Amino acid sequence: MQPILQIEHLSKEYVLTRDSFEQGGVRAGLARKWAALRRFGAPNFPDTNSEEHFWALKDVSFNVNEGDVVGIIGRNGAGKSTLLKIVSRITDPTEGRVVVRARMASLLEVGTGFHPELTGRENIFLNGAILGMRKAEIVAQFDEIVAFAELEQFLDTPVKHYSSGMHVRLGFAVAAHLNREILIVDEVLAVGDMAFQKKCLGKMSEVSRVGRTVLFVSHNMAAVENLCRRGIVINGGMIAFEGTAKEAVREYLGRVSGSRDSTGHIVDLSEASDRRFAHVPLLKRLEFFTEDNLPLASDLQIGARLQVRVHFDLPELTSDFNVGLGFDNSYGQRVFTAHSQFQPGRAAQARVGPQVYTCDIPSLTLTPGEYSLRVWLEINNTEADLINDAVRIRVIESDYYGTGKVPWNGAFVLKHRWWNESTKYPASRK
Amino acid sequence: MPSSFEVTIRPHRGWQPIDLREIWLYRELLAFLVWRDIKIRYRQTLLGALWAVLQPLIAMLIFTFIFNRLAGVKSDGPPYPLFALAGLAPWTFFSTAVSQSSNSLVSNQQLVSKIYFPRVFIPLGSVGALLLDLGLTLILLALLMVHYRWPVSLTLFWLPIFIAAAVLATSGVGLTLSAFNVSFRDVKYAVPFLIQMGIFVTPVIYPIRDIPGSWRILMGLNPMTGVVLGFRYAILGTPSPWPVMGLSLAVSVILFISGLLIFRRMERRFADII
Repeated sequence: MQPILQIEHLSKEYVLTRDSFEQGGVRAGLARKWAALRRFGAPNFPDTNSEEHFWALKDVSFNVNEGDVVGIIGRNGAGKSTLLKIVSRITDPTEGRVVVRARMASLLEVGTGFHPELTGRENIFLNGAILGMRKAEIVAQFDEIVAFAELEQFLDTPVKHYSSGMHVRLGFAVAAHLNREILIVDEVLAVGDMAFQKKCLGKMSEVSRVGRTVLFVSHNMAAVENLCRRGIVINGGMIAFEGTAKEAVREYLGRVSGSRDSTGHIVDLSEASDRRFAHVPLLKRLEFFTEDNLPLASDLQIGARLQVRVHFDLPELTSDFNVGLGFDNSYGQRVFTAHSQFQPGRAAQARVGPQVYTCDIPSLTLTPGEYSLRVWLEINNTEADLINDAVRIRVIESDYYGTGKVPWNGAFVLKHRWWNESTKYPASRK
Repeated sequence: MPSSFEVTIRPHRGWQPIDLREIWLYRELLAFLVWRDIKIRYRQTLLGALWAVLQPLIAMLIFTFIFNRLAGVKSDGPPYPLFALAGLAPWTFFSTAVSQSSNSLVSNQQLVSKIYFPRVFIPLGSVGALLLDLGLTLILLALLMVHYRWPVSLTLFWLPIFIAAAVLATSGVGLTLSAFNVSFRDVKYAVPFLIQMGIFVTPVIYPIRDIPGSWRILMGLNPMTGVVLGFRYAILGTPSPWPVMGLSLAVSVILFISGLLIFRRMERRFADII
């Protein structure tokens, strides 16, 4: 049987043009504008110097068979979105081709084409038509769409009065009722509240169970592992790994820790800009490690081990000093602080010269997001050196609870248990 | 099931044919886009669709006062208000539709960069939505004809031809400008200016009679010349020079086809540079 989706040697080159007037003055700028005007729409014309070439995708080939549910994972900028855009026909490839042997629907964004002035009802029709549904199809599924979105009461309210959650619900509801053999979904589950995310995931697995073909891009590793059978890791515009979804996720996470250069986990603080110190800078550098002393450069799964090694100098002999690490979330709120002085039984002997203190967090149970690390050193109860935003740590989704449900809301994930009168508290696991 | 359907996505270079089959497949979407534009155009306005009529009506009153009463411009038969409105109806359609469609791709960036459908529908939808305004203006013109007891002649059967010519010319210009607007936002500044100038090289205010004979045929190169003359010929029965109208009709068709081709050629880069 022929594959339903055949991707052959696909490449996409972007030409990044700096604003011509930035360099060479107005005259050179005009000359370049003129050159651009003359070759409108013809990308293969010799390029001027102000352009940079960038291959977002380079020689990517794979086949998707009917009924396959394929997860595509990779870091931001790895080329996932470009791949989906080409397969969705939004942009042309520079080289290679894609053969699509069925009707396809792509959902790169929830609620594309919603108009704020139109009501929910009107937007269902408009959005459905934009996604490629016939009017008759929309009419036939209208009630189901409304029920799925849970927006019965607000059907005749202009969408501009909707909350963002309602917006997403309506958008996904329309898209979920597209009857197409191939479904392409990009990261749309990253929005919306937990309850609705769960509902969307349910709908997605329903879609894949009835034998439809799905191409799914996500940062949500738990969702990929749960929904997809196959997984493809894209890195630097090329396929880095192809296998089962589980293998791909493992490969991807390993790659994030492993692909960095030998010093990627070391952060030199000598150049730090946002810094306050009393006399001389004392904090030298930070080193990051995860489980089994593996060096860590950026992403950390929920609940993984984090070890921060702080290198600093003590200018004079003292026993009264304290190293602090503060984790701030993206809203600038401090979510967690670690002080070396909190360590019980710490040897209070006086020290001097270069020091290395390691803070070991066996399980960093923060919810996914980016955390900014502040590091400081106090000597004799006064601030000797402090660096704001010394480094960013990204916590990424993982199947922390082992249920495929990704913790998303709140600041922390914490070990906890639920029971009721019929399911007694499991004494053995107390 | 899947075997009946096959699409190959590959790089496109140079001029592209117009994919009529695909346009037919998506025809309902064009209707939806027209419907959307009509729905939202006068949302949250006090006067609503009245604006469609108000604009040409007020222009007619001002033109009658300034050009007819003060400057002494005469119509070529019918009362000047009828003469002016019959010209203003297609001209207003043209100017509004060109300015809206030339901006349509840029103001619908989300549609261009997130979903695929025949992109020609975006500028064409803007043009289509304004046909309603044209219709309303024509109703106003009919009422005014009743007021002036000006007879309707059999030439009215020509009206659809000239409406079609207006749509073709407007779409052609709109398609071309909208495509250029994606890479060169200069279009946004040039269009209002060009439209302002355009009314002077189109016989809206003055009759074509006032143009010296040898220049008249040159006026025909402006497609709206023929459309304005044709509207007057069809609705008011004013005798009009067929060579000029014929030339304009041909130019309208050429503009439309070239607009489509230029749009198709530039289309594949829209998502990358918009």
